[in-house]
Amino acid sequence: MAQSGLARNEQVSGWLFVMPALVLLGVFMIYPILWSLWMSFQVGRGMAFSFGGFANIVRLTQDPVFIRALTNTLTFLAIQVPIMLVLAMLFANALNDSKLWGKGLFRTAIFLPCVTSLVAYSVVFRSMFAADGVINQFLLFTHIISDPIPWMADPFWSKVVIISAITWRWTGYNMIFYLAAMQNIDRSIYEAAKIDGVPAWARFWYITVPMLKPVILFTTVISTIGTLQLFDEPNLIPSTPGAPSDSTLTLSLYIYNLSFKFMPSFGYAATVSYVIVVMVGILTLIQFLAARERRT
Amino acid sequence: MSNPLALLGRIATYLLLIVAAFVSVFPFFWMMIGATNLSADIIRGKVTPGGALLQNISVFFNSVDMPRILFNSFLIAGLGTALTLLVSSLAGYGFEMFRSKVREKIFGGLLLMLSIPFAALMIPLFIMMANFKMINTYQAIILPTVASIFIIFYFRQATKAFPSELRDAARIDGLKEWQIFLYVYMPVMRSTYAAATIIVFMANWNNYLWPLIVLQTNEMKTLTLVVAGLTSAYTPDFGVVMVGAIFATLPTLIIFFLLQRRFVEGMLGAVK
Repeated sequence: MAQSGLARNEQVSGWLFVMPALVLLGVFMIYPILWSLWMSFQVGRGMAFSFGGFANIVRLTQDPVFIRALTNTLTFLAIQVPIMLVLAMLFANALNDSKLWGKGLFRTAIFLPCVTSLVAYSVVFRSMFAADGVINQFLLFTHIISDPIPWMADPFWSKVVIISAITWRWTGYNMIFYLAAMQNIDRSIYEAAKIDGVPAWARFWYITVPMLKPVILFTTVISTIGTLQLFDEPNLIPSTPGAPSDSTLTLSLYIYNLSFKFMPSFGYAATVSYVIVVMVGILTLIQFLAARERRT
Repeated sequence: MSNPLALLGRIATYLLLIVAAFVSVFPFFWMMIGATNLSADIIRGKVTPGGALLQNISVFFNSVDMPRILFNSFLIAGLGTALTLLVSSLAGYGFEMFRSKVREKIFGGLLLMLSIPFAALMIPLFIMMANFKMINTYQAIILPTVASIFIIFYFRQATKAFPSELRDAARIDGLKEWQIFLYVYMPVMRSTYAAATIIVFMANWNNYLWPLIVLQTNEMKTLTLVVAGLTSAYTPDFGVVMVGAIFATLPTLIIFFLLQRRFVEGMLGAVK
C-alpha cells in the first residue's frame, strides 16, 4: 500500500515538474505551428480569411519573388555551409597540435566573432563593404583588384558579401565542435600511424575525418537549418533589405515582408514558412536516421 | 625540423592561423576605430583613429534614450533568462528524475520539435499577441522563449550526472520534492546553471526578429533594435552606428572574457 502511494506520488511530482514547460510549449509552439498550417490553406488580405484549398501552393509556383528567395536561400546554403565547415576543420586541425605556439591566442581570436550580436556585426560589415570602403581600399592597395568592386550594388557580389559575413560569424563556432571532438581521439592512433610512415595529410584524411563523421554530420545539419532561416544579415547589410533588386532576399525576409511590410497576406506567408518547415523536417529526419544507423 | 617539407608545412600552418586570426579580429578593431571617425571617413575606409569619438557619442546619446533602452534590454534579457532557466530546468529535472512511459514519449516528441523554424511561428504568435492585447509589451517578447526545448534537453543531460544518493538522503530527511529541487539540486548544479545562463542571456540580448515585430514604439525598444534602426537611413551616420554596435557587443564580450572556459563548455554542452 505504501509502495503504491509512493509510486503515485512519483507520478504526480513528475507531471508537476514538467507541466509549466509543457503548457508554455503548447501555447507558444504547438498551437502556433498547427495554426500556421491551417493558415496556409487560407487566402485573403489582412484579417479577412477564406478557405482557398491549394491556391497558395499554386501561387508559390507562379511567384517570381518566391522563386528568387528560394534560389537565393539555397545558393547561400550550397556555397556557404561547405566553405565554412572546411575552414572550421582546417583551423581545428591546425590548432590540435600540442607543439603549436600561441594556440590559446589563435583559438580565442577565431572564436571571437561568435560573441558578437548578429545586428552589430551586420552593421559593421555594411560599412566595411561600402563602395569606397576599407575592403576595396585593401584590395586596391595590395593590387588584388585594379577597380573597386561594387559590392552591395551588384547581384553577384552582394551574395558574396552575405556569404563572407555568415562565414566570418560562424566558422569559429563550428571549429570549437571539431576541436573538442579531435581532442577525444586517442593520441596513440596517430603515433602508430606516424611510426608506420603515414604522412600528415593522410593521417588527417584517413584518421581524423572518419572519426569526426558524427560531428561533421551534426554541424552540417545545424548550419543548414540556420542558413535556411537567414534573416538578420540580408535585412541589415544591404542599404535596403534584400537589395539590390532582391538578390539577397531570403525566405525568412520574404515571409517578414509578406506579413509585416505591406497589407499582410498571412495565409500566403504561412505557406512560404511551411516550405522552410518541410526542408528543415527532411534534414532533421536525415540526421535522425544517420544517428540511429550509428548506434546499431 | 630537419625535414624541409615539415618546416614548410609548419610555416603554412602559422600563416593560415595568422590570416584567420587577423580576419576574425579586424571587424572588432574596425568597429572601435569607426567610433572615433566621421561617417564619411568610415565609408572611405580610413583605418586610423580620428577625433570624432566625443561627437559620435554625444549624437548617439542625443538620439537614443539610453537609460530607458538599457533598462528594456536588461529587463527582457535578464527576466527572460531567469524564467527560462527556472521553467526549463524544472522540466529537465522532471523528465530525468521521474520516469514514465508517457513522459518519455512526450520528451521524444519535444526533440522532434527542436528544429521548428521561428519563421513558421511568428505569424500566429503575432496574431495571438494582438488578440491578447500584448503587442508592444515585455511579456510578449519574454513568454514565447521561456520554455526552451534546447535548455530542457541540456538540463536533462546534465541531470544524469546528479548523484541520486543526495536525493535519497534528502528524502529520508523528509524534504518535499520541490524542496529537494530548490535546496539540493540547484546549488549542486550551479555550474550547469552558469553555462545555461550564458547561452540564454546571449540569445535574448541579441534577439532581433521577434522584438522587431512586437516592439513598436521607441520607448519599448531594445538596444539591438535601436542599433539596427540607426542604419535604416539610406546613408546612415556610421560613426554613431559604431558607438551603438560597441554598446550592443559589450555585455556578451565581457561575459566571454570573464568566463571563457565555461562559455565554450556551455556552447558545446548545450547541443551534445
